[in-house]
Amino acid sequence: MAKNKQDSRFKIAHREALIGCGLAIVNIVWWYGFAFGLGSKPPEEYSYIFGFPAWIFWSCIVGFLVMVVLVAIVVKFVLKEVPFEEENGKKDEVNSA
Amino acid sequence: MNWAVLTPLLVFLVIIFLIGFWSNRKMAKADGFLGDYFLGSREFGGLVLAMTMVATYGSASSFLGGPGAAYSIGFGWVLLAMTQVATGYFTLLVLGKKFAIVARKYKAVTLIDFLKARYKSTPVVLLSAISIIIFLFSAMAAQWVGGAYLIQSLTGLSYIGALFIFTLSVLVYVTIGGFRAVVMTDTIQGIVMFFGTMILLVAVIVAGGGVSTIIADLVTINPNLITPFGQDGQLTSAYISSYWILVGVGVVALPQVAVRAMSYKNAKAMHKAIIIGTIVVGFIMLGMHLIGVFARPVLPGIEVADQVIPLVALEVLPAWVAGIILAAPLAAIMSTVDSLLLLVSSAVVKDVYINYVKPDASRNHVMKVSMAVTAVIGAIAFVLAISPPDLLIFLNLFAFGGLEAAFIWPLVLGLYWKFANKYGAVASMITGIGSYIGIHFYNQAYGDLLGVHTVTVPVFLSLIAFVLFSLMFKQEAYEFPSTTIKKEA
Repeated sequence: MAKNKQDSRFKIAHREALIGCGLAIVNIVWWYGFAFGLGSKPPEEYSYIFGFPAWIFWSCIVGFLVMVVLVAIVVKFVLKEVPFEEENGKKDEVNSA
Repeated sequence: MNWAVLTPLLVFLVIIFLIGFWSNRKMAKADGFLGDYFLGSREFGGLVLAMTMVATYGSASSFLGGPGAAYSIGFGWVLLAMTQVATGYFTLLVLGKKFAIVARKYKAVTLIDFLKARYKSTPVVLLSAISIIIFLFSAMAAQWVGGAYLIQSLTGLSYIGALFIFTLSVLVYVTIGGFRAVVMTDTIQGIVMFFGTMILLVAVIVAGGGVSTIIADLVTINPNLITPFGQDGQLTSAYISSYWILVGVGVVALPQVAVRAMSYKNAKAMHKAIIIGTIVVGFIMLGMHLIGVFARPVLPGIEVADQVIPLVALEVLPAWVAGIILAAPLAAIMSTVDSLLLLVSSAVVKDVYINYVKPDASRNHVMKVSMAVTAVIGAIAFVLAISPPDLLIFLNLFAFGGLEAAFIWPLVLGLYWKFANKYGAVASMITGIGSYIGIHFYNQAYGDLLGVHTVTVPVFLSLIAFVLFSLMFKQEAYEFPSTTIKKEA
């Protein structure tokens, strides 16, 4: 009984660790793709958005906002609340289920 | 002396002191001295957790060195700095709930406690304690120098005088307040950093005549400043990307960050911290480095990188606002130093002294020793910072990378791989630190190996060593203890 409960908490933890890796991969791809996709040409050919060169606008500014939105979505809808302490474990688990 | 600038700074220092005293009184009521002094009784909520992670991680380099580099290198350095957005969510998600649960089972209050309980090996504990003491002490002493320079440039005091003020303020509140004082002041410092960045960014853009004008001026100075490749085209995409390991995902393994990943109250606090942390760290990194680039046309000809932010703040803002803004880098330095100081002293007191010298020490004795060791370490840092020896600068250069190479796999695989064992951990730490030092010298002599930052290769080598040695001396699959059994039955 106790063992199953412990395993179920770990299962959630493992899933969320993988989600963290997934977010980092999305972040890296977005960051790299826009920076070097748009920024590799000579600076005379750059296009500009709100005064910023397009590559830094998409890669760093929008990229940051996208990550904030993704992280917020993941936290609100995907992460599960689990109890950390052993004593009040039962009660909290019912609440979060 | 410029009192209009100094007054807000002094007010800031006084607030910090008051928090130290308040924490000390609260601590007197807590049950376990060690747990509270070094971990604040694991009761921190989301905002505090996020801010303490940001403030500890954001050091002198985020506010002085980094923007200074962006000033001379251009947008390429902004791109590089943005790899740090990951620290906001990655650390808490990857160490995450498993680390929080397991740390409570082990009753661990430091990273070394966790490693000790997981691997049950004296070599692992001693190797970790030695790496922390050497690397973190050097990292800390270097910040000491930075803090003193900042106070010197603001007050016009002598370097020794500035260093003395800095040491005294840090020591008083760390020695007295412990971890709780540190995270509480971190929270205030994090908030100061956030709003300081915002105000300074707006002021610089206004002073430069708007973003389009600034960019046009940058192109006139040197068109390479607006490319991702640096002012001389010296940055490659591989090199910039390797910062994802050094300051992005690798940060998981820094002991000062990991210890915070076990200090929160509950899952709700952690969830909130992930969102706040991502926003704050991303905003500060983006803002401060953009300020560095934008400062170039506003205030051309600054030669010392570390002076870019103080000089620009004094240029574009009224003196009293500049004083508040410049509390941000001071806050960043102090909040890094205080956490490192506490970690080094916990490595000495908890991990070496109580484990191997005097296991039966009483609460009162431990308390006295902890405070004394913290004070002594601070005093040594002061003496070393008076004229920093070359060795110190050298060690500080690879303090972060060295710690990451040493701890990342023993920590991450210890949590998630059941066949991780002490042979793998020891092999991984030795391989990580050894190859880091070797490649550091190679890169200095011949240029960067494979065109990437020094930390990259050792992180992969230490992974291979970990897996190889764990499988070679294979033990039974590890199961985390289940302390609930007694109560449930």
